[in-house]
Amino acid sequence: MDNTVIDAHNISKIYNKENIPVYAVNNVHLHVEKGEFTALVGPSGSGKTTLLNLIGGLDLPDEGSITINGEDITRMSPNELIDFRLKNIGFVFQSFNLIPVLTAKENVEFIMQLQGIDLGKREQRIHVLFDQIGLSDKLESRPSQLSGGQQQRVAVARALASKPKFILADEPTANLDSQSANNLLDIMYKLNQEEHMTFLFSTHDQRVIDRAKRVITLVDGRIVSDTASQILPA
Amino acid sequence: MWIVQLAWKNLWRNANRTMITMAAIFFAVLLSILMSSLKTGIFDNLIKDMVGYYSGYIQVHQAGYWDEQLLDNCFEEDPEIQRKIRSHSQVKDISPRLESFALASTGELSKGCLVLGINPVQEQSITHLQEKIVKGRYLGSNDRGILVSEGLLKRLKNHVGDTLVLFGQGYHGSTAAGKYPIQGVIKLGSPELNDKTIVMPLALAQDLYSAPQMITSYVLSLQDTDDLMAIQSSLQQNLGKSYEVMTWEEMMPDIKQHIETDSANMKYVQAFLYLLISFGIFGTLLIMMAERRYELGMLVAIGMKKSKLSILLLFESLFTVIVGCILGILASIPLVFYLHKFPIRIYGEGAKAYERFGFDAVFPTSTDYHHFINQGIVVLMIGLILSMYPVIKVIRLNPVESMKK
Repeated sequence: MDNTVIDAHNISKIYNKENIPVYAVNNVHLHVEKGEFTALVGPSGSGKTTLLNLIGGLDLPDEGSITINGEDITRMSPNELIDFRLKNIGFVFQSFNLIPVLTAKENVEFIMQLQGIDLGKREQRIHVLFDQIGLSDKLESRPSQLSGGQQQRVAVARALASKPKFILADEPTANLDSQSANNLLDIMYKLNQEEHMTFLFSTHDQRVIDRAKRVITLVDGRIVSDTASQILPA
Repeated sequence: MWIVQLAWKNLWRNANRTMITMAAIFFAVLLSILMSSLKTGIFDNLIKDMVGYYSGYIQVHQAGYWDEQLLDNCFEEDPEIQRKIRSHSQVKDISPRLESFALASTGELSKGCLVLGINPVQEQSITHLQEKIVKGRYLGSNDRGILVSEGLLKRLKNHVGDTLVLFGQGYHGSTAAGKYPIQGVIKLGSPELNDKTIVMPLALAQDLYSAPQMITSYVLSLQDTDDLMAIQSSLQQNLGKSYEVMTWEEMMPDIKQHIETDSANMKYVQAFLYLLISFGIFGTLLIMMAERRYELGMLVAIGMKKSKLSILLLFESLFTVIVGCILGILASIPLVFYLHKFPIRIYGEGAKAYERFGFDAVFPTSTDYHHFINQGIVVLMIGLILSMYPVIKVIRLNPVESMKK
């Protein structure tokens, strides 16, 4: 059985093509299997976020192809990509990005409403998710009433709500204190261990790197090391 | 449904901004309705003064009378003509008149005046003249007295009970002269008419002008004055070419032109008001889109379709406009009705300026419900058109660009 979740083949993202081309991502090969807990590391400007954007279908590569769960997302129209993201990819952002006028529960429910899931199933899943993130008592709290760590845990629940194939997390612990960051990592690690949820992080945080099963290092848009020894240098 | 709820909640994430936008729309709708109802109210009043108390909405004359308004162009009262006119479904009442000019004199004072010979009973159903009596009493068909307009009475320094001498030219070149006691004083809405009108029973006028059984016009009151042209056309067809059927607009083209000119000017003022509303709404949308750029990018990133996001923003704009509109309409209702009952009145030099143009300086509002609905619809349409801005921005939105800090 093929466990491949992400298969990026020879992908490049080039800015300023007309003048002096800048390779934000340069001929990268990346293969991620179900259940991986992978950290993308590298200095600022190394192309971590650009690579995440490409894998997440938020941006299209100038060269190469990206297959998610067997589907080539580089051939999809913008509308198809939005729908694909909704059904297949969970996003966790650095600055939480919860909708401020909605409660924690409504923020998580929002994704399921976009998917057209009926009320009964939504309620059921919300309770499971809030149990997992340990915030069952904060269902009706607004984001402004939650700490940064709690908000990020709700963001993880939101990312999980659509039952995605994997979660992309862009610097998820960057704005959190140590305890909140550890709590968040515990939750994500547990989800990875127990439910085989695939996580791909971009991070500078050593705590995340320490927990990761696989660490990929990017420099100047190229993969320079991969602890899973799957380095395919260009 | 959840989109509607989310849109409503989003409105209140910046309550001050939403309130300010709603207030701008509220005042714009209020002003717009007030202006529109004032405009119609003023014109209705003008028409009522000039048309309702004098010309009627439609008159029937002998063909050619209007071009040459001489007594020699009068015609004999004819029951058959009256029957034909009355048979028209839109005609409410008709009243015969003999109308001419005379020199009114008393003591050493004299002044040219308009003499209206009327049927006191029938005229009442058209011009409600009796309600204009300010002194003395109204006419009876067999009375030998006359009614004098207030302005004319002042100029001639007369009082009720005094006698007035009328002198002029009668039918077919005869001399018209007579002495008439002043039986009552009328106050006419139009200052021009108020300065020159004498009203007497039709038989008395026919006697004065030596024109027995003759009249110059049938004055008509109508069930519905909206489609004068159609009524005029069908009446003209019924009566044939020997008679001319004229609307007040043809008889008083200067009033019609004045209304048209004023309406056009008012449209510019309203257009300016709409422009202000547009800038108010657009400014809010502009700030809102700038503030929520990151959030909108994030929503598209996590899988919200641009069509749904557009609908969400459309609802937000529409809610703001609709709430502002409804509050504006609700607030305008008591104001418009108050100003209808207690109209704005200008005194002093300002009033004289209006009187020089021939109408009373009274500005009532019109309570026609169309003003409330039409202005609401116009502002709603403006809101709807401007709401396209966020929609266009969302269609062009690139989540990666939007989420760049």
